[in-house]
Amino acid sequence: MTSTRLAGEILDRDFLAIRHAILNIAAGLDRVGDGRAVDSVAGDPRLERIHEALKVLAEGETGRAERVQMLFSRAYESNWRS
Amino acid sequence: MNYIDPHIHMVSRITDDYERLARSGCEAISEPAFWAGFDRGSAEAFRDYFKQLTEFERNRAAQFGIQHFCWLCINAKEAENVSLSREVIALIPEFLDTPGVLGIGEIGLNKNTPNEATIFTEQVDFAASHEELILIHTPHLEDKYMGTRMILDVLASDSRVTPGRVLIDHVEEHTVKLALDGGYWCGMTLYPLTKCTPARAVDIIERVGVERIMVNSAGDWGVSDPTAVPKFVVEMRSRGHAESTIRKIVYDNPLSFFSQSKRFDFTPRD
Repeated sequence: MTSTRLAGEILDRDFLAIRHAILNIAAGLDRVGDGRAVDSVAGDPRLERIHEALKVLAEGETGRAERVQMLFSRAYESNWRS
Repeated sequence: MNYIDPHIHMVSRITDDYERLARSGCEAISEPAFWAGFDRGSAEAFRDYFKQLTEFERNRAAQFGIQHFCWLCINAKEAENVSLSREVIALIPEFLDTPGVLGIGEIGLNKNTPNEATIFTEQVDFAASHEELILIHTPHLEDKYMGTRMILDVLASDSRVTPGRVLIDHVEEHTVKLALDGGYWCGMTLYPLTKCTPARAVDIIERVGVERIMVNSAGDWGVSDPTAVPKFVVEMRSRGHAESTIRKIVYDNPLSFFSQSKRFDFTPRD
């Protein structure tokens, strides 16, 4: 089962929601950047992952949500029982 | 559209929520045993909780024309206490033959610790030896992927487990195929902030299809929306999906999965 809608239709419907989400990200990062002692979070792995995730958004192929999920996930260790 | 919410914690909700559910078309709910927001101090507290699930909530739901079903277990978070967990598991047979009890759940993992894995394995063994359905909680956020893989490892190592009798819940974009490809049923939880929004849940449906998948509100004591399933219905409709497709996800699929329990005494509305 795949979407039956045209990409243009989807963009018409979802443009404002996507714009809203991107603005929220921009404002959230500004909030962190405007905070006091911003240098203290310069190497924070959470920020690094956010910046990696933003690169995923700019990629051309679909499946971005799954790739972003994996970026924010701990890796599987097959020897977890030991 | 009438629907079934296959995962909701009504013990944490007010009676007005039953009224809202009834008005929004909810015909039946299933309530897994879970964490109360704090760790209980004794097995006796769980005996009271199991009575609440099997008696009180069933009657409270019936006052609004909603059929109530439930699951029993020690949840993943309190499973960190192994001795308490074993005492709670020993209580379950006392309640297992009560009408409306669908099986063992929601068992699973929370922080993927060795203790949690030990109790999860023991509860899978309990369910398999009693031929009960299993409902599984997968961990949150960054622990979800690793925890889901661990859960699948445990299930695959017990030859008595039939994937079609197991529901793996709280799947998202990166775990849904793991569950479906293993032959398991899966549930998507519609939450305002974490887990899936209705829009993302429909995106996932459009990618993986409608077989062995359902959606739930997992309404509980935290930030959650007990009427999230109707919002999923609206999102599906707004994208032009057929009513029969929507109904399969929010009604037929839960019905098919739950019907495997001999204590699913469900009466469809006319």
